[in-house]
Amino acid sequence: MDPTDIARWQFAITTVYHFLFVPITIGLSAIIAGYEITWLRTRDERWLRLTKFFGKLFLINFAIGVVTGIVQEFQFGMNWSDYSRFVGDVFGAPLAVEGLLAFFLESTFLGLWIFGWDRLSPRLHAACIVLVHVGTLFSAYFILAANSWMQHPVGYAFNPDTGRAEMNDFAAVLFNKVQLVTFPHVVLSAYMTGAAFVVGIALWHLRRARGEEDRAVYRPALRTGAWIVLVAALGVFVSGDVQGKIMTEVQPMKMAAAEGLYETEEPADFSVFQLGTLDGEEETFAVKIPGLLSFLATGTPGGEVEGIDDLRAKYQETYGTDPGAAYYSPGDYTPVIPLTYWTFRLMMGLGVAGAVVAVWVLWATRRGRTPQGRAMLTAAIAVPFLPLLANSFGWIFTEMGRQPWAVFGLMTTEHSVSPGLTTTEAWISLLSLTAVYGVLAVVEVRLLLTWIRKGAEELPPAVPTDTGEDRPLAFAY
Amino acid sequence: MELTTVWFVLIAVLWIGYFTLEGFDFGVGLLLPVLARDDTERRVMINTIGPVWDGNEVWLLVAGGATFAAFPEWYATLFSGFYLPLLLILIALIVRGLAFEYRAKRPDARWRARWDVAIILGSLVPSVLWGVAFANILRGVPIDADLEYAGGFFDLLNPYALLGGLTTLALFLTHGALFLALKTDGEIRHRARNLAVPAVAVTAVLAVVFLAWTQQQTGTTGSAVAFVVAALAIVGAGLAARAGREGWAFLGTFVTIALAVAGLFLALFPDVMPSTLAGGASLTTTNAAATAYTLRIMTVTAVIFTPLVLVYQGWTYWVFRKRIATHHIPAPAESASVR
Repeated sequence: MDPTDIARWQFAITTVYHFLFVPITIGLSAIIAGYEITWLRTRDERWLRLTKFFGKLFLINFAIGVVTGIVQEFQFGMNWSDYSRFVGDVFGAPLAVEGLLAFFLESTFLGLWIFGWDRLSPRLHAACIVLVHVGTLFSAYFILAANSWMQHPVGYAFNPDTGRAEMNDFAAVLFNKVQLVTFPHVVLSAYMTGAAFVVGIALWHLRRARGEEDRAVYRPALRTGAWIVLVAALGVFVSGDVQGKIMTEVQPMKMAAAEGLYETEEPADFSVFQLGTLDGEEETFAVKIPGLLSFLATGTPGGEVEGIDDLRAKYQETYGTDPGAAYYSPGDYTPVIPLTYWTFRLMMGLGVAGAVVAVWVLWATRRGRTPQGRAMLTAAIAVPFLPLLANSFGWIFTEMGRQPWAVFGLMTTEHSVSPGLTTTEAWISLLSLTAVYGVLAVVEVRLLLTWIRKGAEELPPAVPTDTGEDRPLAFAY
Repeated sequence: MELTTVWFVLIAVLWIGYFTLEGFDFGVGLLLPVLARDDTERRVMINTIGPVWDGNEVWLLVAGGATFAAFPEWYATLFSGFYLPLLLILIALIVRGLAFEYRAKRPDARWRARWDVAIILGSLVPSVLWGVAFANILRGVPIDADLEYAGGFFDLLNPYALLGGLTTLALFLTHGALFLALKTDGEIRHRARNLAVPAVAVTAVLAVVFLAWTQQQTGTTGSAVAFVVAALAIVGAGLAARAGREGWAFLGTFVTIALAVAGLFLALFPDVMPSTLAGGASLTTTNAAATAYTLRIMTVTAVIFTPLVLVYQGWTYWVFRKRIATHHIPAPAESASVR
């Protein structure tokens, strides 16, 4: 592999890994804020137990999200310096603003929330976790604005003297139409993911709970969690639908690649799955829904969807015949079709499955019922992974579907890599980060399981807010 | 003042924020095996920085992001050029950050001992490498006409840079000792204070040699003034530490770090990464900068939000102003088991 391939693998591994923790952080911080506020309003101790229980799990998850996030910011410069030179004027700004607005807010108020149980009044304490959540939303907004610019560059002009893209309209970058639909899509997916995490854990505990008192703790977490999964899922479907149409408009090749549609069709069918050659050029068997691809792409069941072959000719006319090298198959300007085809389906399929489990859970727990049976146990274990993996596949689809471009229509991935990067350096970096991430994954999962098993324990006697007495800390590392 | 100069200053401010703040929590990590005798004492030390270390580290992320936006060429050359040291720093920061969060989550001694190693190494590696990196920026590195770093890893390990690494290590360790003297009570406070006095002396010698060497190489009048004040501040820190004035002593190393970094940036200006290569090109605040439009937007954002950040970070330090001693540490988290 040459340095570009290795750098791409590193970006893929570190980014997919980082984004396992991010949606849980976004979703769970909102849910915990909800628990704490409900406790403040009702003074019902169950909500405080849930706040503290999921708070601990949140911290275990948050820590790894934070430390893997540093790699994200550094590797643009380390592995992709030509990209950084080319886009820094546009892409750097939202990144810097993200740090200033979001990272300071998240880290400072999380520190206050963790250690502040006996130092802050209850209302101020609850305000801290709300601010942490606001910080995660700011963070999502600015980083997605940066990514949306890569999908659909706006608000810039190419300067031939400096050889780079230069920003001339920051508002256009922040309110890019791709961004305006991506942000709700990603954040709602994150709520769905955070809530599915809660549903899985609450369901598992509800089935094991001995007394009615314990069941009374987990039931509200389970029911509210399942409702959030369901409502967020509906929002994810709607925003995803709008996103598909915008994507067809700005990156038609990505939509064609999502179906493996080689020839322009009107109407175009959507295949639920198909068998044939790996790149989908010859199909032997397929389950198709007539007109669905047309509907996803254009909003009408009879709409025309352009195929890969026509688009390839069109792109070659616009951008030339040789933009870089062979990072796309089978010909120029075409992403890796099996990958886009299957990740697109896995994203949607796992998302729908998450929503279905939520409906089932709501049905099975109606009017105080406690679901029994092994199917429910399987659901409990599976449900957190459904939206989580849907997120990963969605991102792999979005990023791989843009190839060979790093910035659509402007710069290829091939041309983005650091010119001085040696194969040895790239390997050292890829292998060491992958090894560290692998070890941490094991440590993190085992730690999470340990604390999940402990459950929402009964609370120690309430600690009064700071009275000046010399008591042990309410929370200590 | 031109916007490129404003951003040079702002980036200097971000690094000052980073080194003055994370400097002491690196120091606390470095001193973990030195000042604590048992697990409870180690927990006292870690808890002095528990609520703040993550916020301190954000100064680095913002410095990185701001460099990307305001000086894309600088960001690109620096990060791709200093590849392996930055990779080591990344790995160190990853294990260190997790160590704080995960260490207390299990009671068993082996688990904790392993995370202690992560804290110590995770503090040691960046403490040295940041000094090495900054000294190399000051000294100049081989940069070709395309503004690409043309050297290798071993070009970064020259005597001047290694002295820079030793200096930051000593400074952060001393800064951490004084922070602990200020924030703890009981035995650890005494040990920290007793260690601080000789530590200040060693640090002062290293810092004076390093800063004088820098001044002789690339110094200006401005950097000379900053370095002299930095030197006076560390002497002041030593005197205050001996007199038991912990607050003043900590302020002393705080000022030392702030002015030493300010002096380094003054000595650097208007270059941001000078080249040592014949026929190469130095990166300057002008040829590395983003457009005036981007800089204006960033300036407005920085002017509005930086004071706000300072206010709420400052408030955090106020909320957790109490000294911590062994009797404040609750019993270790119970072993979690399936009921």
